[in-house]
Amino acid sequence: MLRDKRQEYLVALLLVGPFVLIYGALFVWPTIQMAMLSFTKAPLIGTGDWVGWDNYVKILSHKLFHQAFWNTAYFVLLTVIPNTLISLVIALAVNRLKGPVQGFVLACFFLPYILPVSVVFLTWNWIIDVQYGLVQGFVALFNGGQPISLTRTIPLFMPTVAFVTIWWTMGFNILLFIAGLRNISPEIYEAASLDSAGRWRQFQRITWPLIWPVTALVLTIQLIAQLKIFDQVYLFSIGGRQDATITLVQYVYKLAFQQNKGGEAATAAMLLFLMIIILSVLQYQLLRARGEK
Amino acid sequence: MSAEALPNREAIAAARSRGDGPIDMIGLVLTVITILVALGSFFPIYWAVITSIKPDGEVISGSNSLIPNRVVFDSYIHIWNNTNIGIWYINSMVTSLIITALVIVSSAGCAYALSQLDFPGRRVIYVLILACFMVPMQALIVNHFVLMAQFKLLNTWAGIILPQLIVPVVIIVYKQFFDSVPKEFREAAQMDSAGHLKILFRIYLPMNWGVTASLAIITFIGAWNSFLWPFLAATGEATMTVPVGITQVKDAYGIVYGKLMASAVVAGLPVAVVYLIFQRRVTQAIMLSAGVKG
Repeated sequence: MLRDKRQEYLVALLLVGPFVLIYGALFVWPTIQMAMLSFTKAPLIGTGDWVGWDNYVKILSHKLFHQAFWNTAYFVLLTVIPNTLISLVIALAVNRLKGPVQGFVLACFFLPYILPVSVVFLTWNWIIDVQYGLVQGFVALFNGGQPISLTRTIPLFMPTVAFVTIWWTMGFNILLFIAGLRNISPEIYEAASLDSAGRWRQFQRITWPLIWPVTALVLTIQLIAQLKIFDQVYLFSIGGRQDATITLVQYVYKLAFQQNKGGEAATAAMLLFLMIIILSVLQYQLLRARGEK
Repeated sequence: MSAEALPNREAIAAARSRGDGPIDMIGLVLTVITILVALGSFFPIYWAVITSIKPDGEVISGSNSLIPNRVVFDSYIHIWNNTNIGIWYINSMVTSLIITALVIVSSAGCAYALSQLDFPGRRVIYVLILACFMVPMQALIVNHFVLMAQFKLLNTWAGIILPQLIVPVVIIVYKQFFDSVPKEFREAAQMDSAGHLKILFRIYLPMNWGVTASLAIITFIGAWNSFLWPFLAATGEATMTVPVGITQVKDAYGIVYGKLMASAVVAGLPVAVVYLIFQRRVTQAIMLSAGVKG
């Protein structure tokens, strides 16, 4: 029996070994390093003096950090709730359909989601191109017949990128909503139709309350994902005034890779890290609350 | 929990259509609108493909024809001859496949140990996985870069691969499935004095073959699509992946739109094909990883 136990430990060690190596070297270690680096005045590569909380004081009062924070918050505002609502409406519409039509429609909505961000960027950058872009005819209607660059005009930048992001990612949300809708027992709807409840009333009284847990899940997943926004915002801003549209991850990137300030970049990363951890803990509690029901 | 657990959809449809009566004009209008919006959502992809096979003159003629007057592959030939897209393709393919293989193997082993074995340190590993869920990889870019630089792994396949091996959700999903395998299978195998490795590879993994396929597909898509890390780790044109290369390398040579769309089509093709072939698996994996019982 004791021999069995020892053998079990050995097998466990063998099976868990790769995981421990990978997560130790590439997750735990860099996280500790990041925390340490954030208290030093170091370049990207190399060491620097210990400066205590100086970097934190400096970053928190840095104008560009505030800019990055508010830009990110604005982006979250422009994407999270609109994306969730649009996805719910589309999921309801797709869920009524049957058979191959449903499959086709769902694939149309979902296909963008599996594409790489750079494909999404190139495609939309062509569609909104100032000279030959397809939407410029439409844009001209609102701009006195003149074309206008949607990504070089600062007030239009975030809404444009948010629109593209919603187009790109809503397939994921639609999928979760459809799964949630399918879990609602048809008997409830049957009972409701016997009471001749209209469509809107059925939605209000049955669908919305029963789909709420999925809605909450979609909202929190979106919120955390959009806080980490970098790719699209960065790509659309290449060649433009990047500081005006900078986001938090982009701010870390700028400090580390463009200004060679490793210590300050780690500090900014730590702040982002804390924000997301707080939100993730909230999300985890939410999911656990769901699981217990 | 599996994709097969969705039969109530027909029941809902049947129940609804019964309630709606024979002529349902509102329903018909809604269906038509849904299909139109879906086509609208697909349109940008169509437009990219169409642009890539139009002659340059037609692309900038302003005619914006939805069907090309003449189909040419000049743009594709141009990017093949003038960019390193072939090398980027190899880089993307190799790194994505290695990431997928390593993630699946290490996660399956770890999940089996967590699910079936009793050993010291289990709780620590569990906490680590949960912590990993909460930590944004984007926050670690600085220190991943420093680490890879220390080991001289920047601009190598290993440098692109390593930080992308952190995919905790695969372990969680595997563990859930291994937990639900009836204990009798393991006990019977142990009677025949089969070791744990044999049990994992002969019983647990084959029984969960569908899950493995789903997780592998979605890991591959994620690795192929990842942008931020490969963008930082590969700065030389020879080590870039496809999604990075097509946005970083501009050859200002004539009219670029068709060529850019050709490179976009080429970059998106593998994941689009994987999705279209394995639609059910992809959707299953997404629901599993979001914690939604499909």
